[in-house]
Amino acid sequence: MTTKDTDFAIDGHGDISVGVHGAGASGDGSASATRITPGNALRPEDIALEISRGQVKPSEDVAEFALRIGDDGLILAQRLGHWISRAPELEEDIALGNIALDQLGHARSFLTYAGAAWGKSEDDLAYFRREHEFRSAHLFEQPNGDFAVTIARQFIVSFYQFELYTKLMESTDATLAAISAKAVKEVDYHRDHSAQWVLRLAGGTDESRDRIIQGFKLVWPYVDELFEDDELTTRLAEAGVTVQPSSLREEFDHLTGGIMAQAELDIPGVPQSLGGGRRGKHSEFLGYILAEMQVLAREHPGASW
Amino acid sequence: MAPHGNPEAPGSAASEINREAPKVAATTEEHQESPWSLWEVFVRSSRGLSHVHAGSLHAPDAAMALRNARDLYTRRNEGVSIWVVPAEAISSSDPDSKGSFFESPQGKDYRHATYYTKSEGVKHL
Repeated sequence: MTTKDTDFAIDGHGDISVGVHGAGASGDGSASATRITPGNALRPEDIALEISRGQVKPSEDVAEFALRIGDDGLILAQRLGHWISRAPELEEDIALGNIALDQLGHARSFLTYAGAAWGKSEDDLAYFRREHEFRSAHLFEQPNGDFAVTIARQFIVSFYQFELYTKLMESTDATLAAISAKAVKEVDYHRDHSAQWVLRLAGGTDESRDRIIQGFKLVWPYVDELFEDDELTTRLAEAGVTVQPSSLREEFDHLTGGIMAQAELDIPGVPQSLGGGRRGKHSEFLGYILAEMQVLAREHPGASW
Repeated sequence: MAPHGNPEAPGSAASEINREAPKVAATTEEHQESPWSLWEVFVRSSRGLSHVHAGSLHAPDAAMALRNARDLYTRRNEGVSIWVVPAEAISSSDPDSKGSFFESPQGKDYRHATYYTKSEGVKHL
């Protein structure tokens, strides 16, 4: 798809109500001054609507690419969700929960769009694929570890995603561009959140400094995989759908390097892992994440509440 | 805590549960206060309105207090601007001196414009 023929801006949203009448109520949008509005932003439901009307349909390549970045967000959301009720402070608990929900929102949009190529819903893709069918990079499935490990992982993820989504806003694929335009603002906050914590942990106590150094050692081996080009990204880069992941590396190194230097931390000199997530080859952790994430949907297919 | 999903240390391992632990603290220990200080949060819902007290939170410093406030009090599109103030910087009136502080204006109708009648011949009032 090359034309910007979607009508996200004028249709499909702005009509949901989350006030006292509950979700799904319709009616005059200005009926109540006290109603909490969700604001106008692209939602996964809007994309599903476009798909059902036959207005958008990704090519096989675009769908495969959307699956990759959708899976990144989905697996990270599942990981971060585990912090809820377990973070060091109540405030941080909610911060990590918010970030998890942001990531889940991006994942829902990307997976909804990807699924259109194969007649599958976001739930089909999230709950009924097997481990080797997931396309997330290894970094996203790495264990939470302690708070410092999670922050180190967030730091890498958010700076990578910010570069990627910024470039995707100029994609020739209007849906990818629209999803990215919404996501990039949220990821920008994730960058700020993780950078603030890197600085504080590194400049805090001896204990916190040791832990963030250890945290970076654990997750840094998974950086290179994020910036690997392959046949799919080469084809998509030629079509202007996305850029080669390797082209994002310079700015990533520059920005993360600046924060690391400010925190007086060295970039860990650790060997890089082999990767393979984009080809469905995962570390031992993903299977356990999927087991927990998918069990309910598989035990009770179609359950709703 | 074991990293979640680590097969070598499952998060739900029964061995993690300390069954000997007393269910209720035997002694009334001093409540462990958060090492983070308390901040009061003021949110402005839209341009032209005042910042309104929304609640409080804990944070290690002002920069993090602003971020925590964003995460705690503007999750549903409530605000366009946030102020955070160290709780200790706020001086408040004493609830016990309500009488001497706030009851004096009662009955003093002449402090309200409606007490007065318009004088004859005054225009543009």
